[in-house]
Order: sequence, then structure tokens, then C-alpha cells
Amino acid sequence: MIVSIASGKGGTGKTTVATSLALYLNGKGQNTVILDCDVEEPDSALFLKPVLNKPKTVDIPVPTVDFERCTYCGRCAEVCAYNAIAVAKKTVLVFPELCHGCGGCALFCPEGAISEVGRDIGVVEEGDASGIKFVQGQLKVGEPMAVPLIREVKRRGIKENKEIVIIDVPPGTSCPVIKSVEGSDFVILVTEPTPFGLNDLKLAVETVKKISIPFGVVINKDGIGDSGVDLYCELERIPILTRFPFSREIAVAYSKGIPIIDAGVEFRQKFEELYDTILSIIQGGL
Amino acid sequence: MRQIVIISGKGGTGKTIIAASFAALAKNGVAADCDVDAADLYLLLHPEIKERHKFKGLPKAEINQVKCTGCGRCLEVCRFGAVKKQVHDRSPLFLIDPLSCEGCKVCYYACPEDAITMTESVSGEWFISETKYGPMVHARLGIAEENSGKLVAIVRENARSVALERGLDFVIVDGPPGIGCPVIASLSGVDLALIVTEPTLSGIHDMERVIDVARHFGVKTVCLINKYDINLENSGNIEKWCERNKIPVLGRIPFDNSVSESVVKGIPIVEYMHNMVTQRIKEVWWEISEVKGE
Ligand code: SF4
Ligand code: SF4
Repeated sequence: MIVSIASGKGGTGKTTVATSLALYLNGKGQNTVILDCDVEEPDSALFLKPVLNKPKTVDIPVPTVDFERCTYCGRCAEVCAYNAIAVAKKTVLVFPELCHGCGGCALFCPEGAISEVGRDIGVVEEGDASGIKFVQGQLKVGEPMAVPLIREVKRRGIKENKEIVIIDVPPGTSCPVIKSVEGSDFVILVTEPTPFGLNDLKLAVETVKKISIPFGVVINKDGIGDSGVDLYCELERIPILTRFPFSREIAVAYSKGIPIIDAGVEFRQKFEELYDTILSIIQGGL
Repeated sequence: MRQIVIISGKGGTGKTIIAASFAALAKNGVAADCDVDAADLYLLLHPEIKERHKFKGLPKAEINQVKCTGCGRCLEVCRFGAVKKQVHDRSPLFLIDPLSCEGCKVCYYACPEDAITMTESVSGEWFISETKYGPMVHARLGIAEENSGKLVAIVRENARSVALERGLDFVIVDGPPGIGCPVIASLSGVDLALIVTEPTLSGIHDMERVIDVARHFGVKTVCLINKYDINLENSGNIEKWCERNKIPVLGRIPFDNSVSESVVKGIPIVEYMHNMVTQRIKEVWWEISEVKGE
């Protein structure tokens, strides 16, 4: 089973819920895997403190031109949809940060002058956090493209057996979110009860609806704002899976990298409820 | 005219609250919401839309089933797993999954039957608006779309030209979270990046990464610690880190419930009340607005 933890708005507590859920499941003796797909800012490791193996670089193929063969015909520049390759008088320029690695230029070069080399865009790290299998990606600084790295994290973390996979999804609603969430059995949307939280929750709901995966809401920092999120969920018949109150103690625990499940005994119970509700929704086929 | 971007790496540190306050304090600036994925600045500035423009993403592939002979060449060449094969009445059917298609056109060129067309679609909108505090440029990226970097670039460009046209002194950019494509587009060519961080381990970690990105692109960077009193030890560590890395820390804002109250009311906090929080925000603004760009 794969459960993704997402939120349109950043900073709502996605990572603390994801890591806590992993800890809860691991504590129950479940085979648990956590994937940090928030490759721009991976923070799960701060909470779980895994022992990591040597990082492996992830690269995407970019073209290189053999000038012995190139006739400067310009076909590569014509087929590239991203303007990542340009042909000038007696040279061919490649702009690696624009290249998506589609392979078009190499495929269509009539002279066979283009081959592809790897360009590193970040690393994946695998490890173990007291029994939880841990995989994270880290995008290289200055690198715009997160999606290939997310694919690699998922490829390494998701094997076809009986474990439960928890995915920490990047914030937002665009392409990297879809790529992270795709293939999940359930999505938990973490929000906070403020107008910002509500606005971004609505967008996140649209996003998961687009890929037709069952979902529910966790309200974090309950008590800080207004009742907008509650009203919206009621109106849209979105299940509220559980709530965590706002308190200074939780905020302080969070600041030290303590997952919410370890911030007080009452929270373990909440994760039990959360997990049971998810199971019943998935099994009930709602 | 100076462009100032407010970013944080980690979401939820208070970026938008600071950006809205600066917009209110500036009186002669343009506000630009570059968090096009989850734009929230409008909830505090209440823009009245004056101009609406469509944002077109890259055209995506579509297969003309009449022309398609089922040879499967598209499936072979697509590197993004966007071509899906289904079997109907024992004959294969090839379809494009628009959520996976990156619009590279390789299948379009490779198809021997010319059965693939590239179809343009609207993938967002951007706006030029008026607020109580001056003009605002903002956008809305369609759900599940890519190319947010390109939309950010459009917002930036238009904010800049509005500022130039009207002789305004500042462009105040509310940036997106993360360090990827939209962040890079928000940062490029600005005069100053203000990093809003919080004294949590994730706040610190994410701040360090986003500062590296700002440096990578040669942008002058200053820092502000929000909710600094949630963890004084971590705040101290941020200050030490910033000192070692020669990043000026311009302010420390205490945690206060008035911040979420102002969000509920939909008012930039500096307009909502006067307290320690607003005092500190103002001090940071005064300092920033006097620092001349390099
Ligand atoms: S691999 Fe694709 S994106 Fe990269 S330069 Fe070649 S055609 Fe352009
Ligand atoms: S345009 Fe590129 S990404 Fe889209 S289906 Fe065709 S080959 Fe795949």
C-alpha cells in the first residue's frame, strides 16, 4: 500500500505527519518504507535521523556533438522543443539546464553526430531509520528540474511486495506533485485552518481529484485560525481524518526535529485512528 | 527601481505575510506573487483585476486514431512514459497520457503515419491588478501543469514593466517554496533576496539550501528570523551560521497570535495592529528600502 502525504501550502506539517505515520507503522511491526520526494527541500531525515548509504548521483542524458561528423544542418535545433540546442555558423551550442533529456536531437540527427552523456542533477540516498527503510532525493543547487529525481526515488523505494510506503510530497500543485503522488492508494492532505490553508487546500483537492485517488484531510495547528477549512470539508464531503491542536509545546518539539507522534502520548492514539480510517476508506472503496 | 524577492526554501515560514506588509509599507511599489502554484498574496492585498491574460504551456501530443496503424513507434521513442498501450478487440490502441507528456515532440517527428498532432492548451492565467497599495501582478497556474518557471518569468517581466511605466521604486516579489525551477525564475536578476526563516531544524536546513541557490546566481542575500522565540538555541545557531557566511540578519520577529488573526481578517499585519511583530517588520523594511542596489 502506498500513502502520500501532501499539502498545497508548504509548512503545514506534511513532513511531521509523514514521519510520524512511518514511526507508528514501524512500531506496529509493519514493514515500512518512507520516500522523501520533496527533493528541493528534503526534511524527513531531520526527523527520522536515518543511517544513510553512500549517495548515488542521478543524471539525465544531454547531447554532445561530434564535430567531425556535424554538417551544421540545424535539424537538432529544429526538433528540440525546449530551445536547448542551437546551431550557429560553425558551432552547435547545448544549454544543458534547458534540456529535458528527450533524446530527440540524437535520434533525428541525419549524420549520427549526436551522442548523449549524463548530466548530474542530484543524488538519491538510501538507508535505514531504526527499521524503517528510507529513501530520499536531493536536488543539486541551481538545478531547475526535480521530476527525474523524483522518478528515481520512487523507482528505488517502491518494490512490489507487502510493505507500506509513505511518500513525503513536495508542496504545490504542479508537475512534481503529480509525479510524487501518482500510483498511491491514498493521499493525506495536511492543512492548517487559516484562509491561506483553505485556499491551498482547495487547489490540492483539485490536484488529487485529477488523478482520482481517494483522499482525506488532516488539520494541523487546529485552533489558530477560523472555521473555513471545516466548513469546506463538510460541504465537499471530504473526510477529516484527524486534527492536531496548535500548541507552543508542539511547535517547540517540531523545532527540535521531534516528530509529532513523540511530542505527547495522546498523539500515538491519533495515528492509530488516522491509519484505521484510511484502511476503512480504501477497503470500503469510497 | 529595485527588485526584492522574499523566499524561504521551506514553506510556511511567513513569506507572504512579510511580502504583503512590505507592499503596504512601500507605497510606491508593485507587488508580484510568484508562488504561482499556490498563490496566497491576493488574500491579503485584495487585488481588483484590470487585465487578464492566458498562459499557454507547451503543446502536448495527441494521436489521431484514424491515421494510427498501431506500429508502436511512439511508445518506443517516448522517454517520459507518456504513451500508453491498451488492447481492444485484440488490436493495440495507443494513447497519450497528458499528465506525463512533456511536449518534447519526439513522437510527433517519429511517427511514420503522421498520426500525431501537438495541441496547444491554456495552462494558466496571469493578471495585472490594482490594490489599495498599488499595482499587483499575479498568476494562476493550472492544476498539474508544468512550466511554472515560465509563468513566473512572465509575472516578473510584467511587474518590472509596470514599475518602469509608472515610475515606481520597488518590485516586491513573493517567491515560491523550494529551490527548483520557479525559485530560480523568481531570483534571477533581482537586486536583493530576503530569506525568511524560522528556528526549526527544517527551517535552518532549507534556508541553507536556498541561500546556496541565491549565491549560485550571484544575488545579494539578507535574512530574517521569524518566530525566533520558538527556539532560542536554534535562532542563535542561525545567527552564527549567517555570520560565518556573511549574510546579514536584519530582524528577529517574535511568535505572536496576531499574525494568524491578521490572515483571518485578510489584512497585512502592519495595517492590522501595532505591536512587536509589526515594529520589527517595519524596521526591516526601512533598512532594506534604504540599502541601495549594487
Ligand atoms: S535531448 Fe531533447 S531536450 Fe535535450 S537538446 Fe536534445 S532535443 Fe533538446
Ligand atoms: S511529445 Fe514527447 S513526452 Fe509527449 S508523448 Fe510524445 S514523445 Fe512522449
